[in-house]
Amino acid sequence: MPRAWTVGLTVAALAIALVLPFTLSNFRLFQFSQVFIYAIALLGLNILTGFNGQISLGHGAFYAVGAYTTAIMIDQWSVPYGWTIPVAGVTCLVVGFLFGIPAVRLEGLYLALATFALALAVPQILKYFEHWTGGSQGIVLSKPNPPWGLPINPDQWLYFLCLALLVALFVLAANLLHGRTGRAIVAIRDNAIAAQAMGVHTALYKSLVFGVSAAYTGVAGALSAVTIAYVAPDSFDVFRSITFLVGIVIGGLASISGAIFGALFIQFVPNWAQDISKAAPWAIYGVFLIGFMYVMPRGIAGSLRLAAARWLRRRAEPVASATGSRR
Amino acid sequence: MLRRGFVLALVLAVGLATSASAQTPGVTATEIKIGNTNPYSGPASAYGTIGKALGAYFKKVNDDGGINGRKVNYISYDDAYSPPKAVEMVRKLVEQDQVAALFQTLGTPTNTAIHKYVNSQKVPHLFVATGATKWNDPKNFPWTMGWQPNYQTEGRTYASYILKNLPDAKIGILYQNDDYGKDYRKGLLDGLGDAAKKLVVLEQTYEVTDPTIDSQIVNLKNSGANVFFNVTIPKFAVQAIKKAHDIGWTPTHFLNNVSSSLGTVLKPAGLEASKGLITALYMKEVTDPQWKNDKGFQDWVAWMKKYYPEGALDDQANAFGYTVAQIMVQVLKQCGNDLSRENIMKQAANLKNVELPLLLPGIKVNTSPTDHAPIEQEQLAKFDGERWVLFGDLLEAVRK
Repeated sequence: MPRAWTVGLTVAALAIALVLPFTLSNFRLFQFSQVFIYAIALLGLNILTGFNGQISLGHGAFYAVGAYTTAIMIDQWSVPYGWTIPVAGVTCLVVGFLFGIPAVRLEGLYLALATFALALAVPQILKYFEHWTGGSQGIVLSKPNPPWGLPINPDQWLYFLCLALLVALFVLAANLLHGRTGRAIVAIRDNAIAAQAMGVHTALYKSLVFGVSAAYTGVAGALSAVTIAYVAPDSFDVFRSITFLVGIVIGGLASISGAIFGALFIQFVPNWAQDISKAAPWAIYGVFLIGFMYVMPRGIAGSLRLAAARWLRRRAEPVASATGSRR
Repeated sequence: MLRRGFVLALVLAVGLATSASAQTPGVTATEIKIGNTNPYSGPASAYGTIGKALGAYFKKVNDDGGINGRKVNYISYDDAYSPPKAVEMVRKLVEQDQVAALFQTLGTPTNTAIHKYVNSQKVPHLFVATGATKWNDPKNFPWTMGWQPNYQTEGRTYASYILKNLPDAKIGILYQNDDYGKDYRKGLLDGLGDAAKKLVVLEQTYEVTDPTIDSQIVNLKNSGANVFFNVTIPKFAVQAIKKAHDIGWTPTHFLNNVSSSLGTVLKPAGLEASKGLITALYMKEVTDPQWKNDKGFQDWVAWMKKYYPEGALDDQANAFGYTVAQIMVQVLKQCGNDLSRENIMKQAANLKNVELPLLLPGIKVNTSPTDHAPIEQEQLAKFDGERWVLFGDLLEAVRK
């Protein structure tokens, strides 16, 4: 896609995102805040799985660590929530990096299993440290009010907060992935041995990517704790991790914009499925999943990119044949 | 622009004229909207039948002409037992669907997640389907109300029985490692008071995700306990009863009400193994033959067959939904024509000696502005190999 297009579409999307809070109901804003939060988490997972080729079935665990870091800091030490979000990100960066070190030795499906174990363990570990985490009762927080006397309501404020972080983190990810580092990350996915031969420190890179990925998901978790104003082990079951994986595959692997499409999917499709059939919502969800995978095998973002490329080529064809005849 | 102004003025005028209806979201001349969330999918989806039973009961109410001329529009969403999903769905009910009241939202974590929100929005949050103790806190949460006897109450009931009748008790406790289990445990320990240290010989826990609790039962047996306080949900209750029987451990076995169902627990565990179990009941057990000729039970069966034929006749949850829907109808009837949220809450906290067909004879529903715990009576029952035999008097919960 030409660069001008990408920029144009991004600006258009941003403009819409900025107008929405003044046209939609608070409930819809809450839903879109969730979409932004999911998008951040999905981008984190996509950096790891889509770009670096490491499969994780355990990102719900980092989501939980981020959420609990924020909740515990607010609950135990009355830290303003704004400060807890970067701390949650850094905590997950460290936890993810440390988990990434042994994970480097595990390839493909074995890594998937190891991370799956993490997702299984975290809800129970949370109950173990009851003094901090409130056990299965969880921690109830207060919904934050807009700061600086802004004339907006709490839902609008949270929407803007999530949107701002989403944009910042997306720009950061784009810079990371489009540069030299990004090429190294992708090279490891495509052929680790060749990457190593080119002088890429694969082990270090893999652990770092794991850390960065976890940090993104942790920030998302922290935001979810703030917007839901409640954390409990039941919020972070294994299904959450699997939902994230569904999100990046549907949205488009190794695509930054795919995270947003994936987030829209995991937020809204289960609700639609429920509207269609109360009796078997997950069967309908399954049909949606299969349908999407069949029609858009490269995810929504990938398919859109393909469609755009095809359209551009068709438009360029007459020109191409003209130059051909001249030759 | 002018037209819009006119419409606005009209709306304002109508709004002023019928100021009562302007303050009554979810209510029209012909309809009243009631919102609910239930786990129709996810780990707790077995409970989803309650949400369906509620809908089926309101259907019957509507077929019979509704309440004071209004039909009940019951809207129920799936929350999959996930707190974030519950928040989303409840916000949808309150802000988008504009329900008059929330009713029987199910689950302790899910209700905890919406607790503050519904109270800040001043939406009646009635008869929640969880036995945790915190729903009865009208001072801090005046818009929330529980339903069934809470777990601590029941735990104290067993404690008073043990203190009175089993002086040589050596108590072993098995409980689920969450606030459901801990509430029961706390009730028992509080009830035992200072004697607790001496009487309780071993406590064991399990996670709801564990595959089996065999080793916990073996540990309890080896501890020499002769009283077993069994705080487990149905799946694990079956395992516990079976295992205790298989290894020849025959303590005085107190089984929490949560798992007292003949059809889903005692039969699968084996009737012989279940002999002698003691539990506390507040409802008629639908699989118990002693109620076969009971009018209330027969009405329930007739209703099940007509309005909820796909529901299981041996599932107590369907009787639970039927009964709690009746109390909601009672509240709405009491409201008369004033269906404002304030009045719905006021009437919910003004239930006096209401008896319902599937509650045990003598149990009365009572609430007040300072008492948001509708059912506070229970009766002990012993399993004789065929049915629960009630014994002793109705036990009032001693309020602490």
